[in-house]
Amino acid sequence: MFHAYGPIFILFAVVVGFVGTTMLATHLLGPKRHTKAKDETFECGVPSVGNARVPFSVHYFLIAILFVLFDVEVVFFYPWAVNFHFLGWKGFGEILLFTLTVCVSLIYLIRHGVLDFEQE
Amino acid sequence: MLFWIEKISLVVLVFCVTLVIAMYATLAERKFAAFFQDRIGPDRAGPFGLLQPLADGIKFFFKEEFIPANADRFLFVLGPCLSMIAACMTTAVIPWGHDIVIFGQTMALQIADLNVGVLYLAGVVSLGVYGIMIGGWASNNKYSVLSAIRASSQMISYELAMGLALIALVMHTGSLSLREIVQAQHGGHWNVFFQPLGFLLFLICSFAEANRVPFDLAECETELVGGYHTEYSSMKLGFYLFAEYINMFIASAVMSALYFGGYHFPGLYHIGLSDNSAALVGVGVFFLKIAAFMFFFIWIRWTLPRFRYDQLMRLGWKILLPLAIANMIFTGFLSLLLG
Amino acid sequence: MVTLFLVLSLLTVLSALCVVFTRNLIYSVLSLIVCFFAIAGHYVLLKASFLAVIQVIVYAGAIMVLFLFMLMLMNLNKKAEASKPFSLKVVAVGVCLLVLVALVSIVFLSAPRVCFAPLAPVSGSVSALGPLLFNEYAIPFELTSILFLSAVAGVVMIGSYGKKAKKQ
Repeated sequence: MFHAYGPIFILFAVVVGFVGTTMLATHLLGPKRHTKAKDETFECGVPSVGNARVPFSVHYFLIAILFVLFDVEVVFFYPWAVNFHFLGWKGFGEILLFTLTVCVSLIYLIRHGVLDFEQE
Repeated sequence: MLFWIEKISLVVLVFCVTLVIAMYATLAERKFAAFFQDRIGPDRAGPFGLLQPLADGIKFFFKEEFIPANADRFLFVLGPCLSMIAACMTTAVIPWGHDIVIFGQTMALQIADLNVGVLYLAGVVSLGVYGIMIGGWASNNKYSVLSAIRASSQMISYELAMGLALIALVMHTGSLSLREIVQAQHGGHWNVFFQPLGFLLFLICSFAEANRVPFDLAECETELVGGYHTEYSSMKLGFYLFAEYINMFIASAVMSALYFGGYHFPGLYHIGLSDNSAALVGVGVFFLKIAAFMFFFIWIRWTLPRFRYDQLMRLGWKILLPLAIANMIFTGFLSLLLG
Repeated sequence: MVTLFLVLSLLTVLSALCVVFTRNLIYSVLSLIVCFFAIAGHYVLLKASFLAVIQVIVYAGAIMVLFLFMLMLMNLNKKAEASKPFSLKVVAVGVCLLVLVALVSIVFLSAPRVCFAPLAPVSGSVSALGPLLFNEYAIPFELTSILFLSAVAGVVMIGSYGKKAKKQ
């Protein structure tokens, strides 16, 4: 286990070390001149109005929920895929049933227009 | 002890190679773009502009580090760091070549041979979205926030089809270890012949995951200025750009390893080379395959226009996802039928 | 091994405390991600590498993206949230204490289930999980798909509510 995961930690340490040093270097090397106009966010030269962090369309939120749901479904397929030949037709039948439900939910979503992004 | 020295040197080597390839991918992109548009491209720094990436890198260090007044300072710095870290961590499970023997010691050209390698890849890819989300949101710029939301919903949508394409591949190989998957492909039994649709799905999804044209809605200049990195400057911008090229490199490496035989090449072990030199030639072959894929990425970028957002979502959810499910079931049915 | 366990546990507890005590919700989500990674590390120590990776993919890679998304889509400008009435605070503290008592009593009253013997290396692997899931636990597995279907129905409900609100 140490032999399998240890090198990943070494890589992580090397990458974090590199990123940290580079960030520090660029912070120290670059010039810093603040002016009021420059410190504003760039919005095509138009004076920025209000805050960018405003409530947003619920549609994106739905996509994120659906992603979580389908991601969990995808995870269920992995144990089957690895033991695919061992499980044979029985496992295939079980997965077929499971996939059928996934397809039903997908069709249901499409029919209700949750996945439509066109302008209404 | 020897094992750790060996691994540390391999990690440092792989990391440096990754960085150099990412640097020169920027030059390749600019040179090819110039070629496609009948221009010359960068040619001032060094012969044929070969020192251009180095000049760019040095310039990034000496640029002013800008943080908007109303941004969240910590998250603003964290965003590009996360992007870079997530991009580099994927190199860990890629098998770069056959084992080589140095001074009687067998050395594997792979940082970590995890028995869940494919899942590790999926996991790190799913973390790649944080850098863009956090950086874009921390900027507190309307374009950046819009871009962060767009990019993250795009990336999570295409992750699903990618995962399902990988499952069809795992069914064929019966293993989650990348090393075993590559080894099973020797002698010209490349997975792409058994999984053509799966490969196509994986290819499209890797374009979307790497935020490359035609899926670069996160940074489309015509609508969103610079997208999630509008407010970034100095090496923080450099990290975002670097991460994109590293992602491109890794996506090419993963596709070559999973579908195109990795370091295998038909007839490689019949030429009569010694084991070590055959392994080194294998590494060269692997990098040639990677280079071909990277050229494909660049070629597509300067050929195709980008999708509209609703087209992108329709492609991901209504076309790729059902196709990936059908591919999985069809693969299962066929391979059980044929024994 | 023990040092690794202690370091990971310390990281888990500290990041979990950060989740609760941080005022900024984004920071709180980020510390929760760190917490999930530490838990994935615990799974690796227990030789359940599949579970560890799934923990990262599903919790750190999917559910936390959803949380972050939610915070990004919500209005976070109003920093000062309205302080809750005193009675509500009393009830909250009471419920938390009850949960604490329940958890502690489970730990101390139930028979020791923690196995300190070295685990068989295959117990947590994917190839061992497959036959178990598809033979012994086939029916619960199929039932989860129904659960997913109901969750999808919930998504459609939220979506149609959004559309109605837009029309009005």
